[in-house]
Amino acid sequence: MFYREAGDFKTTYKDDNQTFPIKFDRYRYYFVLFVAFALIPFMLNDYWVNAIFMPFLIYSIAAIGLNILVGYCGQVSLGTGGFMAVGAYACYKFMTGIDIWLGGVQYALPPINIFFSVILAGLVTAIVGALFGLPSLRIKGFYLAVATLAAQFFLVWLFNKWEWAYNFSASGQINAPERGIFGVNVTGPNVDAWAKYLFCLVILTICAVVARNLTRGSVGRKWMAIRDMDIAAEIIGVNPLKAKLSAFAVSSFFIGISGALFFSVYLGAVEVGEAFGINKSFLVLFMVIIGGLGSIFGSFAGAAFLVLLPVLLKNVLVGGLGWPTDLAAHLEFLIVGALIIAFLIAEPHGLAQLWRVAKEKLRLWPFPH
Amino acid sequence: MSNEGYVTADGRKIGGTVMEMKNITLRFGGVKAITDISFDIKQGEIRAIIGPNGAGKSSMLNVISGFYVPQEGEVWYKGSRRPQMRPYEVAQQGIARTFQNIALFEGMTVLDNVMTGRLNHMKTGLFSQAIWKGKAEQEEVANREVVEKVIDFLEIQAIRKTPVSRLPYGLKKRVELARALAAEPSILLLDEPMAGMNVEEKEDMSRFILDVNDEFGTTICLIEHDMGVVMDLSDRVVVMDYGKKIGDGSPDEVRNNQAVIDAYLGVSHD
Ligand SMILES: Nc1ncnc2c1ncn2[C@@H]1O[C@H](COP(=O)(O)OP(=O)(O)OP(=O)(O)O)[C@@H](O)[C@H]1O
Ligand SMILES: [Mg+2]
Repeated sequence: MFYREAGDFKTTYKDDNQTFPIKFDRYRYYFVLFVAFALIPFMLNDYWVNAIFMPFLIYSIAAIGLNILVGYCGQVSLGTGGFMAVGAYACYKFMTGIDIWLGGVQYALPPINIFFSVILAGLVTAIVGALFGLPSLRIKGFYLAVATLAAQFFLVWLFNKWEWAYNFSASGQINAPERGIFGVNVTGPNVDAWAKYLFCLVILTICAVVARNLTRGSVGRKWMAIRDMDIAAEIIGVNPLKAKLSAFAVSSFFIGISGALFFSVYLGAVEVGEAFGINKSFLVLFMVIIGGLGSIFGSFAGAAFLVLLPVLLKNVLVGGLGWPTDLAAHLEFLIVGALIIAFLIAEPHGLAQLWRVAKEKLRLWPFPH
Repeated sequence: MSNEGYVTADGRKIGGTVMEMKNITLRFGGVKAITDISFDIKQGEIRAIIGPNGAGKSSMLNVISGFYVPQEGEVWYKGSRRPQMRPYEVAQQGIARTFQNIALFEGMTVLDNVMTGRLNHMKTGLFSQAIWKGKAEQEEVANREVVEKVIDFLEIQAIRKTPVSRLPYGLKKRVELARALAAEPSILLLDEPMAGMNVEEKEDMSRFILDVNDEFGTTICLIEHDMGVVMDLSDRVVVMDYGKKIGDGSPDEVRNNQAVIDAYLGVSHD
């Protein structure tokens, strides 16, 4: 009864194209933004930030990125962890300064502001992602998945071996130095919870808006055309090479940004195999599947779900019922596994679709006809 | 074959040759799908290709749209020989088509499907689109206006926001036509646009095809099984059988051609 579009007439195509064409949705969106930007920063403590908000914000960016590739363009990828590693190491290099030798002469690029380091890390990852996307022109589905899996292992191996990438540190780890923006630290040991949170939130918001803009216009339609039927896409003039590579590049851009934040703001110190192993690739893929393929909102939902689930299980089972930790962890695997199968079989569009169906019902409520 | 136009039976002026197929031969391994066929398509006409099942009609359309590369022969388009092209390059030259088995984007709404027909006309780069406000949005709105005209024209306003996968067969065919029309093509290729339709749907579709040709002057090349429909719609007809051309001319000429009569009588179906 409250929720309907009747009476909310669109008189221009521009209005009809809005992200939230229904007024109620639009107000809810403003409300969420208000809470996220103006209320939550004042209510945070370290536990909440580190256990929930950091992983949620950062994985949301990764899930948006992977969703563009898998959900919108229909190309499978198991290389997410590797691409996050590219973002992390690129960010590390940008924030610590880069030495390059060209023809025996050393050029030193000074350290770059952390915000721009993160964005540049995304751009570097976009290029790497597009390169690893090249096989998608020839191979599809399962074989492409295997090719991206190879990328995953190759990239982790590379960052283990390539000393220049971790500034020749003895441990082989990378450590985020203290960096800030407008005089407020966002990386390093002395960071306020709200500062980390706001920094990631701003970047996530930018990413989500950009992703939404790209998917609603002609680029997005090219991706979806390739996803739904590549032959028909070609017949309407879509160059498959450009469409697929742009999807790989844009997807990797977001994933690289999330990797950069994961390293610099969230963990602070990273060992590549541990932080960006194959598990990460699967985790983000599961977020996309559970949240909903081909939906920006679904990327948020999937990330929230898989970040909250372990925290919830831990608090209820271990904290509340006194279960051993490993048993709770196993139960988590079981639940996630069962959910993946359930969603793949019953609802490939994930939580986002359940939400859409609920809205459709609500729109008719209480008169179902 | 002259390059001149002609005047149709109902008095429409047809222009010179836009597309010419010269001695096309297409083989699949040992199977000759097309054997040494030549014909032309003139500006503004409705050109039909008919023939029994397996005659090679769809293969011919696939040669025109770049899906199949003929072993021999040349394709001439707008006065020059066309080099070998990928299908998307052919599309970018202004040739749109529909498929015998519908090839829509099932995961998108009708509106989005038809909007994909405009992709060749949408040029803003990735960066402007990421910003959206300004160039990208203006382009979207401008192209939406064209698409809405096509949607009105084909009378599918009511299903604009419906996912294509929920539509019945006849409407899907219409949406596919809408997507092709949205491209504002100079040549429109239709592979059996009326296959599997009931009589009413066929009448609607015939009307749309005639209206498209009439209102936008679009050159149309269509494949059709139904002889009656072909005779009503088309200005000139190519008849194929077993990959060979056995007739070419106005519907009346073709109808009285002995080889054509034999081919149609000799084949038991339809
Ligand atoms: N991709 C292909 N590979 C192998 N053979 C093919 C291929 N496409 C078509 N053929 C063969 O070429 C011949 C002509 O097929 P085509 O589809 O062009 O016929 P058609 O006239 O469109 O028939 P219909 O009326 O059934 O649509 C057939 O013998 C078919 O088996
Ligand atoms: Mg055919």
